[in-house]
Amino acid sequence: MDFKGSDTIPGPRTEDQLPHTAEAAVKIVIVGGFGVGKTTMVGSVSEIRPLTTEETMTQAGIGVDDNFGSDSKTATTVAMDFGRISITDQLVLYLFGTPGQERFWFLWNGLFEGALGAVVLIDTRRLEVSFDVIGRLEERGVPFVVAVNSFPDGPRYPIEDLRTALDLDPEIPIVECDARRRASSRDVLMTLMRFLHSLAMSGALR
Amino acid sequence: MTPPKRQRRHPTDQPPPQPAAPPGVKKNPERLFVVAGKDGAERAELDLVTLIVASADPPPSAAPEQAALLRLCTTPLSVAELSAYLNLPFSAMTVLLTDLLTADLVTARAPLVRQSVADRSLLEAVMHGLQRL
Ligand SMILES: Nc1nc2c(ncn2[C@@H]2O[C@H](COP(=O)(O)OP(=O)(O)OP(=O)(O)O)[C@@H](O)[C@H]2O)c(=O)[nH]1
Ligand SMILES: [Mg+2]
Repeated sequence: MDFKGSDTIPGPRTEDQLPHTAEAAVKIVIVGGFGVGKTTMVGSVSEIRPLTTEETMTQAGIGVDDNFGSDSKTATTVAMDFGRISITDQLVLYLFGTPGQERFWFLWNGLFEGALGAVVLIDTRRLEVSFDVIGRLEERGVPFVVAVNSFPDGPRYPIEDLRTALDLDPEIPIVECDARRRASSRDVLMTLMRFLHSLAMSGALR
Repeated sequence: MTPPKRQRRHPTDQPPPQPAAPPGVKKNPERLFVVAGKDGAERAELDLVTLIVASADPPPSAAPEQAALLRLCTTPLSVAELSAYLNLPFSAMTVLLTDLLTADLVTARAPLVRQSVADRSLLEAVMHGLQRL
């Protein structure tokens, strides 16, 4: 990138700038398989046009995992979309749409551990792709809720069948959503926050 | 029709989540200590949502990408946003920002991270913010 012409580097539009009082940020991760609607959900609730951060990884960084062709010096670019919601003049919420393949998560140090919680987006046409993601979150102790993105051609299962299939405890919320609609995506985030709040309440009683 | 069935997993031994300062409490800038990376180079402990603010105009000695960054964050911007606007990967951002932090050209505001017992007032603040959407 040519930084000499840096006057032309697009920054936030004036109306997208955070106030100087913004002193801390929190994050929520939206995770799910390929094409499940992560970018759509980030975009429908974000106050800024969704942005993308990238990380490149050389073959050496991939370790024993393969699937990147036989070329010995292949670099893989992993992209993550994100959006932003101003909560107060002091507090900002960021939403990250993250691919489900766990082998990429380490690229963004502390992405899940530092997050308030996660939304697992699932597509009933390919339920299995979310199994590994949910398992990883369980292992890491990251609280999550499940949002079922309703695609018109997807099979519709009763929520309790999904709960059995996903082997989730009754207290873990499972909600249907349409990621294209802001109100629906907002409700998913509210469901996660209420769940985190209930965890905090019960934790305080311990 | 029956959906496929998953096998549940359980928490493995994890390092405890990092402690977070309660909201409203002034955070110690020293929290963002510079650590030695695996390659021996020093890196600031930066999160994707650490907020960066320029504390000075770009000095004449600033490299072009440093000057570009300083012009971008005259108001607070997260490391993720800087990475997106500058079109630089996250790892390159941490290198660039370590230099600027060391030179006192930017300040960093650490994120609030999940604690084992999450801060209820923080969660409530986020809920109120979402309700207004
Ligand atoms: N019917 C319906 N379509 C949706 C919904 N959410 C997303 N889509 C569509 O599904 C397609 C994929 O959505 P994306 O948001 O790009 O999915 P993604 O998870 O970001 O995909 P990748 O980043 O490629 O893994 C797009 O054409 C969306 O318009 C939904 O809730 N309902
Ligand atoms: Mg996407």
